[in-house]
Amino acid sequence: MNFSRRSLLGLAVLAGVGFGAVAPAQAFEPVKPVDFVIMAGKGGGADKMARLMQTIVEKHNMASKPLIPINKPGGSGAEALVHVQNAKDQDHTIMVTLNSFYTTPMRQPGLGVDSLKFAPIARMAEDTFLLWVNKDSGLTTFDQWVDHVKKEGDKWVMGGTGKLQEDQLITDFLNANFGLKMKYVPYKGGGTVAKQLAGNHISSSVNNPSEIEGFFKAGTAVPLVAFTNDRLSAFPDAPTMKEKGVDFAYYMQRSVVGAPGMSQEAQDYYTALFKKVYDSKEWQDYRTSKSLYGDFLTGDALRDYWKVNNETHRAMLAKMGAS
Amino acid sequence: MRRAELVTAVILAVFSIYLMWKSTELNIGWVKYEGPGGGAWPFWLAGIMLICNIWTIVNWVRRSTPQSRSVEQFMDAHAIRMFVLVGGSVVGLVALVHVVGVYGSVPIFLLFYLRVLGRHTWRLTATVAAVAPVIIFFFFDVAMRIVLPKGYLEPLFYPLYDIFL
Amino acid sequence: MEIIQHLLDGFLIAFEPLNLGLVIVGVTVGLFIGAMPGLGSVNGVAILLPLTFLVPPTSAIIFLAAIYYGAMYGGAISSIMLGIPGASTAVATTFDGRPLALKGLADKALIAAAIASFFGGTVSIILFTGFAPALASVALDFGDQEIFALMLLAFATFVGLGGDDIPKTIFSICIGLVFSAVGMDIISGTPRLVFFDITGFLHGINFLVLAIGVYGIGEMLWTIDSTRGNPSMSKVQISVERTFTHMKDVLKEWKPAWIGSLLGFFVGILPAAGATPGSLMAYGISKMTSKNPEGYGKGEVGGVIAPEAANNSASTGAMLPMLTLGIPGSPTTAILLGGMVIWGMVPGPLMFVEQSDFVWGLTASLYAANFFAVVINILFIPVFLWVLKMPFTILAPVIFVLCLVGGYAPTEDMHDVWLMVIFGFGAYLLRKLDYPLAPAVLAIVLGPIAEPALRQSLIISGGDATVFFTRPIAGPITIIAIVLLFLPLVQLIRKKRKKAREAQS
Repeated sequence: MNFSRRSLLGLAVLAGVGFGAVAPAQAFEPVKPVDFVIMAGKGGGADKMARLMQTIVEKHNMASKPLIPINKPGGSGAEALVHVQNAKDQDHTIMVTLNSFYTTPMRQPGLGVDSLKFAPIARMAEDTFLLWVNKDSGLTTFDQWVDHVKKEGDKWVMGGTGKLQEDQLITDFLNANFGLKMKYVPYKGGGTVAKQLAGNHISSSVNNPSEIEGFFKAGTAVPLVAFTNDRLSAFPDAPTMKEKGVDFAYYMQRSVVGAPGMSQEAQDYYTALFKKVYDSKEWQDYRTSKSLYGDFLTGDALRDYWKVNNETHRAMLAKMGAS
Repeated sequence: MRRAELVTAVILAVFSIYLMWKSTELNIGWVKYEGPGGGAWPFWLAGIMLICNIWTIVNWVRRSTPQSRSVEQFMDAHAIRMFVLVGGSVVGLVALVHVVGVYGSVPIFLLFYLRVLGRHTWRLTATVAAVAPVIIFFFFDVAMRIVLPKGYLEPLFYPLYDIFL
Repeated sequence: MEIIQHLLDGFLIAFEPLNLGLVIVGVTVGLFIGAMPGLGSVNGVAILLPLTFLVPPTSAIIFLAAIYYGAMYGGAISSIMLGIPGASTAVATTFDGRPLALKGLADKALIAAAIASFFGGTVSIILFTGFAPALASVALDFGDQEIFALMLLAFATFVGLGGDDIPKTIFSICIGLVFSAVGMDIISGTPRLVFFDITGFLHGINFLVLAIGVYGIGEMLWTIDSTRGNPSMSKVQISVERTFTHMKDVLKEWKPAWIGSLLGFFVGILPAAGATPGSLMAYGISKMTSKNPEGYGKGEVGGVIAPEAANNSASTGAMLPMLTLGIPGSPTTAILLGGMVIWGMVPGPLMFVEQSDFVWGLTASLYAANFFAVVINILFIPVFLWVLKMPFTILAPVIFVLCLVGGYAPTEDMHDVWLMVIFGFGAYLLRKLDYPLAPAVLAIVLGPIAEPALRQSLIISGGDATVFFTRPIAGPITIIAIVLLFLPLVQLIRKKRKKAREAQS
């Protein structure tokens, strides 16, 4: 509850002195609560991270107005993209995105969404993927797994989140590069997939570490290979795909974007805010404990990163015949 | 009542057909080795809806349900008046939210409902219309952090945001 | 006994002054959040999550669990008083709670709900304390096939719920199921039934939109029409004597209470199922086994007790997969789980070993939260009844306003508010023609669980539908469901034939 001069001025406005007195100072400051749109449902990986960011902002009083999380999971993020693209107040609308930021506009061209038009604010992390099996399968190395899955053919069931999204892209990659015929079953969220694996209802999964951590610690879930550039310190025994002879890495971006048409001042403000969040001890701890990749990126660097990823995803989808 | 029963059943049957048609945007058949396609669930269930409507129409012809025998009026004068006034004011309530937001729309609705429909005193009407938005603001916007739409009145709330949020 | 030792340690944690204070505050806050139509424990827990950084993690989760508990109690309040289920878990409570309130027995219904909630909560915490790790493995054994079989069973227990008009009842179930399919089809990854390309349909039709439309706006219009604007709800009286007589009456109803508690707990521990199917099935089974099944839906106190015992029991049950498997059984536990992750805890099979202080502190505070929730709830009953005594011409517009904000709150989208108004008008007109609407509301809750489970099972089995009969757990459930599904239909048709024959002769 801090009374700024502006707020007193505002009270004068309220008293009927007149509109328009709330002229922006040189630097942007939000004048109302900020819409913090989450491209995924409550309780998912993206939601957890968004709420962690919001919590850090509140804990350290980093912003004068609160971030208000709103979940818009509809249509693999289509609803969120359209909502933010059409936002009336661009300077007070930001969104947490994942890789459906690239794929959804490609798969649903009717939406008229162009990912590159969104204002780049901050890439907070990249989530990593590993290949997991249940320890009951008796498989301990990736080579064993390939031999075994080859024999099983389409009896081998890979579970993952959503259709034609991250998990299936990786599954298709494995099928194509190792001559496998795995069947893919889409589920609603990564937590469910991990549980299905632990209960032996599916044969393998490509969960993010944060989703399956509990089962890994209990020894139920065994990581076989990591889809990263270097081995992850939390899973030193899981080799990378590169070590297995195929140069392939795949990450899930965890970025914050602004509505298209956001003013440069506002963009600078949010970038500074999320830089503070990124540098906080809580965020750094979270990154370490959940094996997250990816440094802080913003501005043109972030937009270039999107461009590269847009093309990679377009190619991947085209290969699957789905773009 | 008898006429309303038939008209409703026909409208719902048309609606069911529309749902079936809309479902065909996805595969409504059985995908080999995969089970039903994406449109199958709504398509066949809408099909059952259609059958139920036809069943209702058959019942109507045979006069075997109470509604198909009833000679009562479906909506008498009182019901129509009530539906137009109350229903209309609810539509007005929601429509006004787009213009003046919840905090403009709610007092207007309460003033109209309490004074015109409820015939309460001005004093009571004004009290309820003034207190309700204040409670809603503190409960939703401040405590629950659910920022309700403000429409064109948004700038008026900036100072309140400064103080309470 | 190791467990008792742990539990006593837990009580020491729970009864620290800070934690005890948080339990009481949390329960009270939760009660009011739960009582608002449209707001449920999800909102309460999500919003208070950041605030909990002020206190240590154990206290924080205790606070959040108290809110969760309070909201579960509160859900019954709007179901009974306004006829609007505040959350999907409280739908079944409206079936008899509302008729009781209309008869002037709102106090009895509220007392029944409070006591039943306490009973259900207590039974499930005891089960939780004693068997948590063992039950976790049961939850793991439930795959898609079992979940689908369970949903089938939930439907089966509800066939008898509709009116006498068979086509209209089936119509109502089907329209609910079709509406539940609106939005994204996760299996094929494509949007479907997006009417007129309105983006608001992409997130599907929220249960609350239909429920508030039907029970809020539709019910209000119906009440104003059928009572000519002067309903008799305000007859309700408050006296200590009355309260005790009601309590005695309620305590006689042990059967629905046990059905609700046990069923609720076991359905609650299954991830994906959660409290809503649990409370619906409890209502259905309690009706089936009752000596007076005709009274259900017309104001039978057992019809309040069974679902209320079940939903509280299930909400404790839902914490089990959250703690032991790290998977949420309900949206609220999903957020709680998020909180635990933020505090650096790793829910999973090792939670009971590695973070036993936390687990047992939480368990013990569940006992405390449950106790305070029932006390605070009963103390507030006179306040709630006072609200009911307001003239209807004041109550009605206030309820419409609550519908507006309640319809907006879950998705923060005006599209849903308009949809709610349309559903409300439609429900009012259909109700005049005797279309039962409760089945549609239930179907929209169960549909999104049932359909993906059906299709995921079939993909895994390669299109072989016999899996629902051959798997050890799914098989018996499916068969029971099918028997239950057709039994009342056959009975109904036979009864009708008989009636028709009698009418002819």
